[in-house]
Amino acid sequence: MGIEVRNLSHIYNKGTPMEAYAVKNVSFTLEDGSFTALIGHTGSGKSTLIQHLNGLEQPTAGTVLYNGEDIFGKDYDLRGLRGRVGLVFQYPEYQLFEETVLKDVMFGPSNLGLGEEECRSRAEAALQSTGLGPDYYDRSPFELSGGEKRRAAIAGILAMEPEVLVLDEPAAGLDPKGRDEMLGLVSSIHRERNMAVLLVSHNMEEAAEYADRILVMNNGELIYNDTPKEVFRHVKELEAMGLSVPELTYLMHDLKAAGFDVDTDITGLEDARTEILRLFGMTGKG
Amino acid sequence: MLKDITLGQYYPADSILHRLDPRTKLAGTMIFLISLFITSSAAGYVLATAALAGCIKMSRVPFGFITRGLKAVFILLMISVSFNMFFTDGTVLLRIGLLKITAEGLKLSGFMALRLIYLVIGSSLMTLTTTPTQLTDGLERSLGFLGRVGIPVHDIAMMMSIALRFIPILTEETDKIIKAQKARGADFETGGLIRKAKAMIPILVPLFIAAFRRAADLALAMEARCYNGGEGRTKMKPLVYAHRDRAAYIAMVLYLLLMTASRFWA
Repeated sequence: MGIEVRNLSHIYNKGTPMEAYAVKNVSFTLEDGSFTALIGHTGSGKSTLIQHLNGLEQPTAGTVLYNGEDIFGKDYDLRGLRGRVGLVFQYPEYQLFEETVLKDVMFGPSNLGLGEEECRSRAEAALQSTGLGPDYYDRSPFELSGGEKRRAAIAGILAMEPEVLVLDEPAAGLDPKGRDEMLGLVSSIHRERNMAVLLVSHNMEEAAEYADRILVMNNGELIYNDTPKEVFRHVKELEAMGLSVPELTYLMHDLKAAGFDVDTDITGLEDARTEILRLFGMTGKG
Repeated sequence: MLKDITLGQYYPADSILHRLDPRTKLAGTMIFLISLFITSSAAGYVLATAALAGCIKMSRVPFGFITRGLKAVFILLMISVSFNMFFTDGTVLLRIGLLKITAEGLKLSGFMALRLIYLVIGSSLMTLTTTPTQLTDGLERSLGFLGRVGIPVHDIAMMMSIALRFIPILTEETDKIIKAQKARGADFETGGLIRKAKAMIPILVPLFIAAFRRAADLALAMEARCYNGGEGRTKMKPLVYAHRDRAAYIAMVLYLLLMTASRFWA
């Protein structure tokens, strides 16, 4: 069933001169087990939108359904929902507060009312998935490196064992290697735990590589909701929004313009390699 | 609640009040505050109300914005009103057990309430129409003479301006942290006092760390630009009085005279 967003609008500072639409009449569905990327320029309303998915923000109009139930309904258990729709904020490392990494990761599950043992085993499993082994358990979260802190913070959400994982720019501020590792981590969590993932990003390469669906936002409106292949056909429109398409898409378009007969829908590195080698009559082996 | 703090929040608009020299506005606010304590007659309060209403109108700041700051002093207001109402001697109007309400007490508490409300509105109006930078510039210049008796006016002004500047930033930061912890299932609403106090730890620890991190970053940025205090520092935009400031000063003096005179009218 997953999450269904229906005609959602959010207006900031309603009734003042600073009134502004952050989200404007957005509708989409996140299916169970899917991997979706939400792309948009800074200030396009991505962050505001995702805070509605677990009920942190109240919509001005429209609603969100989780497994068919209206989460803004009167008696809906929002705290329970937050355990099932895990939201990892941008720079989540700034939310760490406990004395040890393990205790911090246990904060989420213990808020769900689980017993001490259960919390501990979930926390240990979550830390394991993020690549932080037992020697990290008793360290202070404040003496970890930036990347390790972020992993610990993500483990804090994973330990609640959500069914949907929403990540707001998990790779922001990381170096290229850290970025690859982080996205690899998200991708492996998606596969191993069969979670639906919504990845917020403004990086097209990330979206092309991992997502099976892409949502594009601009000025609070949802412009595209399609497969990466379809979305990346709109090169001009995306550029007008201050976005781009993956470098490989540009390369394929350039090759086509230069008179080579190539498939411009290619976004993956392997596919591009095969395609270019095909031009030279080679098979791509070796 | 966090968004209710108006003190130190600038409201951008294009009005005469916004364009006035910060020194003029500081003096005006001081005069207004003093005038509230000079007068004790109804005529005086009418005059003060008219002056305040005029300034609010000129400022082009929506009334709802100005009164937001009142929420924060509501409890203080209630306490001082009830004290004056119940503990002033005079003609008894109503007696409930040990408590009595007197005509004098009623009048006094009414004036006291007005005084407090006007104090808050008056000072909010200044901070709403003056950017923190302007405000400290104004303070630094107005109080510059204190430097001669060894008071580090510039340093104090700089600290004030940094503190004011950081109120909205830290408010935003707090908001973010609260949301992040809520996303982890944190509960700040239910439970007794001790539970609620404990629930604050996941907010306060990251907030303190954030404040120190920002302080360290700012100190570094200031040093990188060779900041070493006020000695010999010049301004890009030095404060200069304009026509409107002179007009405002004349209006202020007139107002103060009238307020002083109103003491003797009733």
